Amino acid sequence: MADFSLWVILSNLLLAARWTVVLSLVAFVSGGLVGLALLFLRVSQVPWLEFVTKCYIEFFQGTPLLMQLFLFFFGIALFGIEVSPWMAAWLALTFWTSAFLTEIWRGCVEAVPRGQWEASTSLALSFIEQMRYVILPQAFRIAIPPTVGFSVQVVKGTALTSIIGFIEVTKAGTMLNNATFRPFLVYSLVALIYFALCFPLSWYAKILEGRFHVAR
Amino acid sequence: MTYKLEFGELLPYWDVLAQGLLFTIVLTLVSTVVGVALGTAAASARTFGPKWLGRLVDVYVELIRNTPFLVQLFFIFFGLPSIGLKLTETQAAFLAMVVNLGAYSTEIIRAGIEAVPKGHVEAGVSLAMTKWQVLRHVVLKQAFQKVYPALSSQIVIVMLGSSVVSQISAEDLTYAANFIQSRNFRAFEVYLVAALLYLLLAIAMRAILRGLGRVIFPKA
Repeated sequence: MADFSLWVILSNLLLAARWTVVLSLVAFVSGGLVGLALLFLRVSQVPWLEFVTKCYIEFFQGTPLLMQLFLFFFGIALFGIEVSPWMAAWLALTFWTSAFLTEIWRGCVEAVPRGQWEASTSLALSFIEQMRYVILPQAFRIAIPPTVGFSVQVVKGTALTSIIGFIEVTKAGTMLNNATFRPFLVYSLVALIYFALCFPLSWYAKILEGRFHVAR
Repeated sequence: MTYKLEFGELLPYWDVLAQGLLFTIVLTLVSTVVGVALGTAAASARTFGPKWLGRLVDVYVELIRNTPFLVQLFFIFFGLPSIGLKLTETQAAFLAMVVNLGAYSTEIIRAGIEAVPKGHVEAGVSLAMTKWQVLRHVVLKQAFQKVYPALSSQIVIVMLGSSVVSQISAEDLTYAANFIQSRNFRAFEVYLVAALLYLLLAIAMRAILRGLGRVIFPKA
């Protein structure tokens, strides 16, 4: 049996951590884009559009991320569509992220005073123009702290993709544990890597939040 | 290739699903009670206890909040036995849930405690209340009232997160779904049904917690 030094374990985990970072970034960006599109529907004042987005958000916020991953990975394959772990992970995380971001951002849009809507309506701006030039720039400022805070959830969410066989740091940890039989060490290192990724984000979110409260 | 959905294939396994659902409910219930108690103790210690204890609470909260639940679960189930603490799947699942919810509720309750005006504590002390009486009747009561909505939604989030315990073969709803899927290969149907059961549970929990909130804090 090969001998695994601490360095070998750590370097392999760090190599796998690149995929955690890539998946987190990709899911966060695509989730953000879908979330932004949904936000327009969610605050559109068109009852059936709002209802559909509400159902979407309810489903993805009200069911476990793991179930969503299973549905995309095992479920869709049954319809004859080949789905790789990467694809399923990306899709599920995108939908899941977008549902949460839409709901966070809706709160920020609603925090913009009603008078802003009325004023921009009386200037004959269309709904898209109102959002683009009046509402979103103001909502954006409030939205940053909770959005940064939520990015931590996305990084942690990528850990679940190990279950459908996507090789990121948790999966690498499981594989290294199977080879080295040193679970205490391996999972401690895995946890530390996540901590190193997430703690700066949490900390930054907290700082931003404090700064915002002072500004107000 | 076309695939025909056959939800009828799940009927023979309804008792498996029901048992899994029951496990998830019990797991959530126990970890809510114990986890919130742990969170209350930790948050009180953080604000009123000695400094070293506060630091310790901070480390606990940040470590748990910044690592995935799955890794915490693996650490407890696979890692702890190597330092002599052997747990069954069920024990590990309960422990991980309590530790996880404990950290989040510490953070939430701490925010509530800090929102209680200093004058209230001073007023309590000047009425010759003991430290414990002030904590219980003045501080915690108000703190809980303030953070109750946040705490409720965290409990629902942790319930959804509990689906991960299936990965160490604790027999929850997700485990039941995996089991059925491995028997009849109806992955889409069974995961969809399980997902909807989780959704129903989440909606029901939110309603129950809201109702409970009205009973506990009548004015709020």
